[in-house]
Amino acid sequence: MSFPILKLIAQRIALGIVLLFAVSILIFVGTQILPGDVAQSILGQAATPQALANLREQLGLNDPAYIRYFRWLGGVLTGDLGTALTSGQDIASSIWPRLENTLFLAGCAAVVAVPLAIILGLLAVRYRNGPIDKIISAFALASTSFPEFFIGYLLVYFFAVKWQVFPAISTVFDGMPFLQRLQAVVLPATALTLVVLAHMMRMTRAAILNVMQSAYIETAELKGLRPFDIIRKHAFPNAVAPVVNVVMLNLAYLVVGVVVIEVIFVYPGMGQYLVDHVAKRDVPVVQAVGLIFAAVYIVLNIIADIAAILANPRLRHPK
Amino acid sequence: MSKELEFLSHSVARGKLSRRDFLGRAAALGVSAAFANTLLSDAARAEGPVKGGMLKAGLQGGESSNVLDPALNLSQVNFSFGKCWGELLVELKPDGGLENRIAEEIGSSPDAKTWTMKIRKGIQFHDGKEVAPADVMATLERHADEKSKSAALGILQGIDTMKVDGDAVVVTLKDANADFPYLMADYHLVIQPNGGKDNPNAGISAGPYKVTVNEPGVRYGGEKFANYWQGDKLGHADQVEIVVINDPTARTAALQGGQVNMINRVEPKIVDLIKRVPGVTIQTVSGRGFYPFNMFCDTAPFDNNDLRMALKLAMDRDEMLDKILRGYGEVGNDMPVNKAYPLFSDDIEQRKFDPEKAAEFYKKSGHSGSILLRTSDVAFPGAVDAAQLYQQSCAKAGIKIEIKREPGDGYWSEVWNKQPFSLSYWGGRATQDQMYSTAYISSADWNDTRWKRPEFDKMVIAARGELDEAKRKKMYRDMGLMMRDEGGLLVPFFNQYIDASGKGVQGWVNNPAQEMCGGYALAMCWLEA
Repeated sequence: MSFPILKLIAQRIALGIVLLFAVSILIFVGTQILPGDVAQSILGQAATPQALANLREQLGLNDPAYIRYFRWLGGVLTGDLGTALTSGQDIASSIWPRLENTLFLAGCAAVVAVPLAIILGLLAVRYRNGPIDKIISAFALASTSFPEFFIGYLLVYFFAVKWQVFPAISTVFDGMPFLQRLQAVVLPATALTLVVLAHMMRMTRAAILNVMQSAYIETAELKGLRPFDIIRKHAFPNAVAPVVNVVMLNLAYLVVGVVVIEVIFVYPGMGQYLVDHVAKRDVPVVQAVGLIFAAVYIVLNIIADIAAILANPRLRHPK
Repeated sequence: MSKELEFLSHSVARGKLSRRDFLGRAAALGVSAAFANTLLSDAARAEGPVKGGMLKAGLQGGESSNVLDPALNLSQVNFSFGKCWGELLVELKPDGGLENRIAEEIGSSPDAKTWTMKIRKGIQFHDGKEVAPADVMATLERHADEKSKSAALGILQGIDTMKVDGDAVVVTLKDANADFPYLMADYHLVIQPNGGKDNPNAGISAGPYKVTVNEPGVRYGGEKFANYWQGDKLGHADQVEIVVINDPTARTAALQGGQVNMINRVEPKIVDLIKRVPGVTIQTVSGRGFYPFNMFCDTAPFDNNDLRMALKLAMDRDEMLDKILRGYGEVGNDMPVNKAYPLFSDDIEQRKFDPEKAAEFYKKSGHSGSILLRTSDVAFPGAVDAAQLYQQSCAKAGIKIEIKREPGDGYWSEVWNKQPFSLSYWGGRATQDQMYSTAYISSADWNDTRWKRPEFDKMVIAARGELDEAKRKKMYRDMGLMMRDEGGLLVPFFNQYIDASGKGVQGWVNNPAQEMCGGYALAMCWLEA
């Protein structure tokens, strides 16, 4: 099996890289279209024309766009994301802790959400159309249908204000003991779990149900296998591809789409960092964060593709 | 009876009697619980600050793009943190007067043009060096540098020359300015070693706390500076921390949940709810900040004073104050100053809502058709609602207002000070002169009402150089009247600062100059034992 599959994987990765370049151009163009200019935004209401002119010159905002693009791309390829216009700090070194925080929160949510969603999906199939299936679906769909800020505030109200078991704000910092850090992210991670649960659960359920129509499942049933074993051994492996796809999509969401949760819980992640700098027109930071987000999406999708290939013999051995 | 109660209350403060026992005995003596509680907090205050521990504030107004450089401080978090680690030449007292800090004495020549600031000896910077006059001069130089991006550049532009003279810094101004010492209280002018020329972001000055944590947009931490020159006067907690919480709901939840001891910017609409939370105290203080409707006096149709007058008279200030600020403010009188300023004359008649007179003026102005008013959420909290209320009160006078809601992003660059009729905010300044000089003289960059009147400029300059207070007060009265009756400024209200402190927080003293006890809340408060 080894040769064609390696080629397939290499193809996917190459495609991903090309895609990333395309995205880098889009990001650059997008940041150029933003109204207003950096100097004005940094100084805000307190800007005098003189201070503005000084700042613009200092920031090198007067060069043409394509020169700035290649300068930026060259920097990115050599690992230099530039310096933030607003604070003058090295972007790479200020992004790292933020990215770690984001990944930590996403990781915590994923560790709970993914197994939970899949198990609930399996249970729903096992007891399909019965009360258990209905309850699981109703709960998951309800939690997803609520806007995430509403779930966030509900959790804060009960767990932080009323019962005071978890902190209302999830400020984490370097050197925070692991358990304390874990305690700090309980509420945001729970909120995120509730938000992404239904999508994965429903997809698992649908994909398996689809397989359950097949003739070999009927055979297995006729052989007298226990219903849960049929699902686990025969149906699930054949339904892995769509499930992995939707899991990866949700993981990507956990990394790049959590701005609202970050704001509610005051969590120092990438989303808040991005929003702050968009508001200040800090273009290098916006570009860097945009690129990282794009990379996360692309990498997770490549993983999903590869997993789908590995899981499917027809894709594994193309004619 | 009162002697006994007093004795008992002090026992509680010293920890010899429990609070519950005290309230029980007070009740036995026939005292209401509310009064007994007041006695207790008085006693706690009298026992003096409790030292040690950690005090935390959850504040709005911090971004991950912030830096420590005081010259670039614009938002609330940096402002409050600056008061923890920074030290100024002089500071504004709650009564509006000045307190000498690094400057031991400030004196002027009779013409108010040459100012001598004697620098206090024996004040230490956090790095152990002593504050020297040269550091003070370097600080002023850095902020006054034409190339600098300092927000204090404007107020230092009047400086002609500076020199160090023994233990003093002597400043010569281009024009006389009786308010010069007040300018030195500007919160950007934190005295740094060599003026911060070497590293403006070092966070080193002579304030009560040393900077230990600097995570922009996330949190800031300070540790008590053992050699703080004022000793025990400020800095009671061993450690202070500021957590940046920009979301108002999260901020309130953090206070209720006890993660922070104090918060700023409580929204007026939830004040009444927060008040009921046990242990939480709402701290309000009338300030100098106001929320103006700006009209360009040189742009049609606002170049017509009859129309401006009609628009001013068509403002229902009481309703506006009641609905937008829920009463947490005071009505404005179309002047940029109020009674929170020194030398303010409070005998100027208050302008009231008068739709008939407004209609009269409107007719006289000859204007027809609708008038475009631009607003945005970022102008001030409730600015969009305020525009709508104004639209309704104008309708009563037959004036048609068309509202354009602008995106918050870019409001300060594209709308404010660019469009002829828009909503905005002003934070207020230390003196009337500063306020007028910043935004209401012909040459001001921020002249956001395009109020360009040579005779007004002359009045501003004359008042600035006048050392006789009675005469000066009269001059400011005339200026205020002129603005009120002819200016392009429409001020429905001045806002109050609304902060809240949590359970056991003592020592809070409101300061009309700014929120959070003038920024000193963390340094002046302590937690009840």
